[in-house]
Amino acid sequence: MNRDTMTWTIIFAIGLALILIRIVTSGGLFGKAYVKAVPREYAQVAAPGEDENWIDVTSEEALDYDLTQIPADERITWTSYNQTHPIDYANAMAADPNQSVYQFSFWRTFGIWLSAFFTLAIFSFLYKDNPFYKIAESVVVGVSAAYWMVVGFWSVIIPNLFGKIYPESVQSWAMPGLTGESAKQDLWYLIPLILGVMLLWRLAPKGAWIARWPLAFIIGTTAGMRLMGFLHGDFISQIRNSITSIYVKTAQIAADGTPLLDAAGLPVMGFDFWESLRSIIIIIGVLSCLVYFFFSFEHKGIVGKAAKLGIWFLMITFGAAFGFTVMGRIALLAIRLEFLFDDWLWLLDPSGKRLADTVGLLMQSFPMLT
Amino acid sequence: MKRTVPLIITFLGGVVLIIAYFIPYTQAWGEKAAVFFDVLAAIAFVLGGGNLLKNHLKKVSDRVAGWGYSVICLVAFLVTLTVGLGKIGVNPNTQFSNYAWSGVYDQVGSPFWWLYEYGFKPLTATMFAILAFYVASAAFRAFRAKNFEAILLLGTAFIILLGRTYAGVVLTGFIPDDSAFSGLKLENFTVYIMQVFNTAGNRAIMIGIALGVASTSLKVLLGVDRSYLGSGGD
Repeated sequence: MNRDTMTWTIIFAIGLALILIRIVTSGGLFGKAYVKAVPREYAQVAAPGEDENWIDVTSEEALDYDLTQIPADERITWTSYNQTHPIDYANAMAADPNQSVYQFSFWRTFGIWLSAFFTLAIFSFLYKDNPFYKIAESVVVGVSAAYWMVVGFWSVIIPNLFGKIYPESVQSWAMPGLTGESAKQDLWYLIPLILGVMLLWRLAPKGAWIARWPLAFIIGTTAGMRLMGFLHGDFISQIRNSITSIYVKTAQIAADGTPLLDAAGLPVMGFDFWESLRSIIIIIGVLSCLVYFFFSFEHKGIVGKAAKLGIWFLMITFGAAFGFTVMGRIALLAIRLEFLFDDWLWLLDPSGKRLADTVGLLMQSFPMLT
Repeated sequence: MKRTVPLIITFLGGVVLIIAYFIPYTQAWGEKAAVFFDVLAAIAFVLGGGNLLKNHLKKVSDRVAGWGYSVICLVAFLVTLTVGLGKIGVNPNTQFSNYAWSGVYDQVGSPFWWLYEYGFKPLTATMFAILAFYVASAAFRAFRAKNFEAILLLGTAFIILLGRTYAGVVLTGFIPDDSAFSGLKLENFTVYIMQVFNTAGNRAIMIGIALGVASTSLKVLLGVDRSYLGSGGD
């Protein structure tokens, strides 16, 4: 057995032992999900002089109709499953062991365990590359590619492309709410359809240049949008925000914390040293950083000194950006650890829910304890 | 044909969006061009999926090293695509209950939601989470307080990290809130750095970025920069 195999064997053995200990100590009560079954029923009704309409039989609107007369083929039913708390399941089972409203969810439980496996598989890369990481990596590539395809298809291609070219057809199956002005056919949308087909031509072995036309459109519109967006949103607005008063006056506050008022009842305004200093620092900072970015002059003399000050401001900015990046990543790490120790292993109890869950489920599993 | 037409399309696409900004009459043209862009971006996802399928099928067919991972990738891709496009397990929209396809594709409880919730989300979140270790490790190796600029960078990062945690609050907790030195409390000092020094630096950076984007966009629109067309004839 080489060193690598031994290391992985030890890691697995420790992991398995910890899970077994957890199973024994918790009585198998962790990493489970429960759902509440919510039956839905809709009936087809028609008020005199109105079109037929589907209504929720449990809604207030349903009270206006005699639903007992509606045959079964004019009713649609299904069941929604909402995630619920284990304690609700335990309480429901304690009240009626034959109830089926609160149920153990195999698929969501399996999902929690699969998520835990994926999380640990990705973490395993911190030691070194390994088959578990590669499996997780392959899954994330496959799932994310398909995920964005599905999102693009249902949220853009169907409503914004086919919904414009064939509105009646799309309205009849996928978007029944497509009515009024938005349901008008617009044949201008044949342009993105044709460009889209040309874009997909890139997959063909020959004629890849055909994809340049849609690519050119994407590049051109991106350039146009970015040009205006950045000039308006960043360039002008940042300059506008920097043009502030360096002699700041604020409302004066009396010793008892109330605003001081003059004879006319207006607030008494006075010089605010700290706000003024703040404005001056911001203006000096912006100007000195811009001097540093300006390479048409050699950074010597007064320009060099201003550029040096700009570097100091930029270093503080980069330090703050670095600090925030690290904080963000650590927050994500904390969320993953919380998932492992709270949602999966039920070891942590930040929201104080696990204790009630465990006690409730133990009572339900071992009635002699009650 | 192969190079001139794309240049004209690029110019027209960009100019329509620019004039739409200044001339109210042409605003609708700009909005339409933006929707065309969204549609093409969505079709680009299809292109990406097709490319993934093509490359991984080739790897499997050629039995290259690690082809088993390509099989896993393809299975994950095809399963997600099937349940997502087919809206499998999705209940109809409650307002249009007789339209089987009217429900949202990512409805809670559906298989597509399940794949997102228990596959996509934990995997991507953990991928980003492990960057915490690599950022810390890289910073440890690269950052050295060898000059004043480096000290400023390190010191600011340290103060920001500390000031946003409970430890920072405890460390300077001895300074009274109403004293003249309350600004030196780490949580207040962090806010001051963010609102003053960081704002100044960021403003200059954003002005620089905006000017850079504007000049690059103009170069692309006017055909000065043609690198996106590639160099080959085909």
